[in-house]
Amino acid sequence: MSLNDAELEAIYLTIALASTTTVILLLVGTPLAWWLAHRRGSLPAVIEAVVALPLILPPTVLGFYLLLLFAPDTALGRGWEALTGTRLAFSFSALVIGSVLYSLPFVVQPLQSAFARVPAGLMQAAATLGAGPLDQFRSVVLPLCGRSFLVAASLGFAHTVGEFGVVLMIGGNIPGETQVLSIALYDYVESLQFDQAHRMAGALVLFSLLLLFFLYRSDGRHNWRIDS
Amino acid sequence: MSSLALRIDYAPGNDFRLRVDCELPADGVTAIYGASGSGKSTLLDCIAGLRRPADNGLIRLGEETWSKGAEQLPAWQRGAGYVFNEGHLFPHLSVLGNLRYAQKRSRRAAFDLDAVATWLEISDLLARRPQTLSAGQRQRVAIARALMSSPRLLLLDEPFANLDALATRHCLGLLQRLSRETDLPMLFVSHDIEEVSELADYLVLLDSGRVDTHGPLLELCGRLDNRLAREEKAAAIVQGTIARHDGEYGLTELAVEDELMVVPSIAQDIGSTQRLRIPARDVSICLQRPGDSSILNIIPVQIAQIDGGTDARVMLRLALGSQHLLARLTRRSADALRLKVGDRVFAQVKTAALLSTRADGP
Repeated sequence: MSLNDAELEAIYLTIALASTTTVILLLVGTPLAWWLAHRRGSLPAVIEAVVALPLILPPTVLGFYLLLLFAPDTALGRGWEALTGTRLAFSFSALVIGSVLYSLPFVVQPLQSAFARVPAGLMQAAATLGAGPLDQFRSVVLPLCGRSFLVAASLGFAHTVGEFGVVLMIGGNIPGETQVLSIALYDYVESLQFDQAHRMAGALVLFSLLLLFFLYRSDGRHNWRIDS
Repeated sequence: MSSLALRIDYAPGNDFRLRVDCELPADGVTAIYGASGSGKSTLLDCIAGLRRPADNGLIRLGEETWSKGAEQLPAWQRGAGYVFNEGHLFPHLSVLGNLRYAQKRSRRAAFDLDAVATWLEISDLLARRPQTLSAGQRQRVAIARALMSSPRLLLLDEPFANLDALATRHCLGLLQRLSRETDLPMLFVSHDIEEVSELADYLVLLDSGRVDTHGPLLELCGRLDNRLAREEKAAAIVQGTIARHDGEYGLTELAVEDELMVVPSIAQDIGSTQRLRIPARDVSICLQRPGDSSILNIIPVQIAQIDGGTDARVMLRLALGSQHLLARLTRRSADALRLKVGDRVFAQVKTAALLSTRADGP
């Protein structure tokens, strides 16, 4: 079973998209989750609702609005073009932005619930021992919530690999630029190439199973963790 | 002598408000004593920098200003060691890891890790995880960890709250020794007057967020004008020196002012200073020295003050040289004996508990 160039390109593109998205999600999602875990009031509740929206919204709805937003005649589209010299619509960057928004709840929610369970007393103890806020986060929160970071990153990655509706709406179907695995699969089915479709679908099922298996197997090996 | 100056106004938003304005000695052990809800822990949190009081206060330890007006140093820059009543040991680190955590972030090295571990009798536990320790062991590790951060001031928030009697004794002894052998000032929060009597040199009485009174422990315990005297466990504390050991009867004689008091034998050197805690309810009064009593300690005293009112019971303050005993009697007995201020009478002391001796015991 060998893969043709188009398939390899789709795999490469999918991994690149999911990795970039995951890194950005961790960078954005961690402070956001921390803020949500430690603030009370109506503003955090609104933000929480917005973050969770992709969980229930059909991806095509999000894709539709993003498509309008990324158009070359909007402020964002024009600003992007002025900054980078390239169009935002139907680009890899557009896919990254869409994926970040679409997968945000899968990263923020596990982190938020883990952060909320870190005992405040441990942070206070760290503070009286001379640890500043970043040091407290690195030396207390990170180790205690390690598994939640793993879960958040895996879910963010896997969910991005599995996305279809958003990509279809804002990415188009440009090989090497926006044609990810799920779209390539759709193409095969559309053109009745079931053998290739089988290979691709089977590979995705295997990948997802392996990821989840390793995730669940990592459970409970450290009983001190607040998130195991 | 350096001091701890506190001017704190803290209102967390509910009905409670903490307002403290006092200057405390910054050596030895100062106990903050009060009922639960009086603001003891809140006061410690403000001193440590874990809560932010109003911008009109002052927290100064000796030459170091931790907070003045709106300029309030964050907790991690203050150098206040904090022993929480729940310990708050890091569960992801071993005991040694917890100690190293503090050591790494300490700006000076006041204590050696091995010495501290030996001191607090945790040398055998260094490889263990906190969750495998007993409550007493955990608290000893918490004290050791606070020491490893080389604090300028050690804050202890009801450190024995979760310990059984035996573990409490053990920890108390270790803290007494710590206080004797280092010059680290300690601020110790408790609602247990017996713990306070064991450990403290100085006492702050906190009541509904306000300082009722503060002063040396021995002085406050021998007075009637604070709420210690109204408590069921009211007790005077007197200080004496060991005069003689009576090996035959297993007793030790203590010279308190010009009188000798007899207590169960203790293994301390002659001439060493000891404290005795004498509960007011265990002291009775005789007008003449009783000829044949089983009670060993019968001491001539002078009635300095009578606090009676219309209660069934009255409290007497009895002068013994420059020190004082307390005696709680029924008003009926006091009237029958026609007791009045200035009378010279005899105090029969049924029990006198020695304090500050467990440090060198097992």
